[in-house]
Amino acid sequence: MITICFLALFIALIPLISILIEVIINGISQLNFNFLTQEIYPLGLAGGGIGPAIQGTLIVIAIASLIGIPIGVFSGIFLGEYPYSKITFAAGFLNDILSNMPSIVIGIFTWILIVSITGWSVFAGGFALGLMMIPLITRATEESIKIVPSNLREAALALGIAQWKTTLTITVPTAKKGITTGILLAISRIAGETAPLLLTILGSRFFFTSFFEPTAALPLTIFNSSQSPFRDIDWPKAWGASLVLILIVLVLNIIVRLLTREKFKR
Amino acid sequence: MSKTSRAKKKPKSINIKSTGDSIFKSFLGIITFLIFIILGLLILILTLNSSLSIETYGFSFLWGTEWNPTPAGGGAPIFGVLPPLLGTLTSSLIAILISFPISIGIALALSEFTKKKINFWLSFLVELLAAIPSVIYGLWGIFTLIPILSQYVYPAIQDVLGFIPLFQGATHGYNILTGGITLAIMIIPTITAISRDIFAAVPDSQREAIIALGATKWESTKIVRKYGRSGVIGAVILGLGRAVGETMAVTMVIGNSFHLFDSLFDPSYTLASLIANEFTEASSPEVYLSALIEVGLVLLILALVVNVIARLIIRYTKRKFRGVETF
Repeated sequence: MITICFLALFIALIPLISILIEVIINGISQLNFNFLTQEIYPLGLAGGGIGPAIQGTLIVIAIASLIGIPIGVFSGIFLGEYPYSKITFAAGFLNDILSNMPSIVIGIFTWILIVSITGWSVFAGGFALGLMMIPLITRATEESIKIVPSNLREAALALGIAQWKTTLTITVPTAKKGITTGILLAISRIAGETAPLLLTILGSRFFFTSFFEPTAALPLTIFNSSQSPFRDIDWPKAWGASLVLILIVLVLNIIVRLLTREKFKR
Repeated sequence: MSKTSRAKKKPKSINIKSTGDSIFKSFLGIITFLIFIILGLLILILTLNSSLSIETYGFSFLWGTEWNPTPAGGGAPIFGVLPPLLGTLTSSLIAILISFPISIGIALALSEFTKKKINFWLSFLVELLAAIPSVIYGLWGIFTLIPILSQYVYPAIQDVLGFIPLFQGATHGYNILTGGITLAIMIIPTITAISRDIFAAVPDSQREAIIALGATKWESTKIVRKYGRSGVIGAVILGLGRAVGETMAVTMVIGNSFHLFDSLFDPSYTLASLIANEFTEASSPEVYLSALIEVGLVLLILALVVNVIARLIIRYTKRKFRGVETF
């Protein structure tokens, strides 16, 4: 019976290994300087690259972080420091609900709120992804703050430091590692999101022009190339872009894991 | 002495407060309140913008089977979402049926049968499954999974079970079963992570007690499984919530066909795929956009209900453990 459990583990890891191998094998042949920097060619036209997609992804992540990190961290600090407040329980609950919202629903929301007024734009995409980041970062921050030993706080308070100052200068820096890993995980999560981007930045083949114009992004480019009827030409590009995307995600996740490993004593 | 579970009681607070404290707390509190606002706006705005469609079609939207923004012959557009609704529910159900045993097995293996060091890295690998972006699952699905399924697995299934109408039809791979299988792989990490936490939360005293009674290693997990049962149900429902909302991977493998499926090997549709495929093109008539937003509303409510139920179950389970006797 125990072997069956380990068999289950093995079965689950097969797709993981398969995906990683496929992406690496199919994508590595695409990786060269040109591919990473050139403009995206139309479907069916050989050549070109994914430069705008990489740039677009980075920009949209930056905007999302500007929205998601402050709101997420501050909310997390509140939930962690004031667990007995009236709104804490409800906020925590709603936070969990929000974190599981279908990403396309967030996309529709953003579309109505922003795109229907100012058109397809990077800003809208960043907004949508930022909305998705908030619950992830909030929860991670809350957990990290709660883990800070209370004697640290008590020592500071005993010295006469105001509570708010204690939080800012002692508790939060102590929780820094957990907060950082939360942020990194949130970034890795939204880097690969396609659905909200479909409805907000629309995608494009060109490099970034303005914050209120459509832009390219890695997941969108992958999706578009994968739907192309010209398989020989466009599928390799999709794999190349996938490799870049997976590398970004993997690096972030590995960093997080290395940061969170406990130092095994002796 | 058994402790009864109780609501959290606020400990006596320190009375020395500076004005900075109230400002700080209010500032943080306002930002936290944003979450309420976001969620509220989400429901409100989606409802408002689908009002046109709701007024036009009413409940027939939910059980209508035709979706035509521009009927030939110039009649009024007609929208009904029963096929994608069933598609979403069915593919998610398939996903749960497949992933449930696998996830429980992994969770047990990780919480009961492995040492901490290996556990750490194995858990990492399982979490990597969750980290892989949805499009890449879709790409892999088209390129690797579907060929394997359509050439080897599906014909084999059809040989054995082909007499059941549910397993008849052409097995070209882009169908609802593939959608379910892909979803299953994607939600395994979700169910596993929560189940593993729940199993780990079972007090060691229980394990020690049952081993003291002479249980084998596997039998000693009986107590874990019994205690964790409701929590695992919560985890599974949470996985269902994730499966319901998944868009890209499913869109790429499910065939995107709007008819009610008769067999698992038929192509099908999901609510999310419908939105993803048609939203950018929906300019006229005006009720088209409203209908698509209503699809989003249906999806939102579905995900909301499933997630609320799941979270409540998980919270209740964790609270139950706190009241368990410990020496």
